[in-house]
Amino acid sequence: MALNTLKSVAPKSKTPKSDIAMSTLESNAGNQSEIRYLQPIAIDNVLQDKYCRFKKYGIKHIDYKDADYLLRFVNDQGKILPRRLTGTSLKYQRKLGQAIKRARHIGLMPYVADNLK
Amino acid sequence: MNQYETVFILNPVLSDDQVRETVGKLQSLLKDAGAKFINTENWGLRKLAYPIDKKKSGFYHLFEFKAPGESIAQYEVELQRDERVLRFLTISLDKYGIEYAEKRRAKVKNA
Repeated sequence: MALNTLKSVAPKSKTPKSDIAMSTLESNAGNQSEIRYLQPIAIDNVLQDKYCRFKKYGIKHIDYKDADYLLRFVNDQGKILPRRLTGTSLKYQRKLGQAIKRARHIGLMPYVADNLK
Repeated sequence: MNQYETVFILNPVLSDDQVRETVGKLQSLLKDAGAKFINTENWGLRKLAYPIDKKKSGFYHLFEFKAPGESIAQYEVELQRDERVLRFLTISLDKYGIEYAEKRRAKVKNA
């Protein structure tokens, strides 16, 4: 029992010390970083507003025959870009996906590619 | 009567006469089924984005036509049976598609 208690106590007594050491280090670093970042860093953080180009320009029909246009909505591997990146509305993202898949089927766009752009 | 458009790819090893014959055959087939042709386009020999049946290019053709819906199934069977056709895609156009097709035709004519 005595041994057990000793063992159990020993690490406990150790940990606070190391904790303190660690915390002082961290707090120092924290202070520094706080001072450093009191003012926001001058990075151009203003994101460009995304918009659905089909809605904006009133494009109602997406043509699968126009592969050059569809190339904008696909990454350099030929994968369809998510609408969180392109800003396309859900309605037109569905039509866009359809058009890209049609273009792939008829051999105007690749299913898989390397360095498409 | 719905409006449809078909793009199909013909085997690149065919001679000009054979291509014309195949296109004519498909066209007459549709006409017999009661289709009204609006426009046909020959895109010529184009490179494919990926090999189809081990071929890297093909003769592209586009049909735009109005046809009764029942005739399409038979027409597609014919496309599938024809060995000269590498691949085809038929879609029916909605009102926006028809609008777009009209604009596109005008553009192609002017160009």
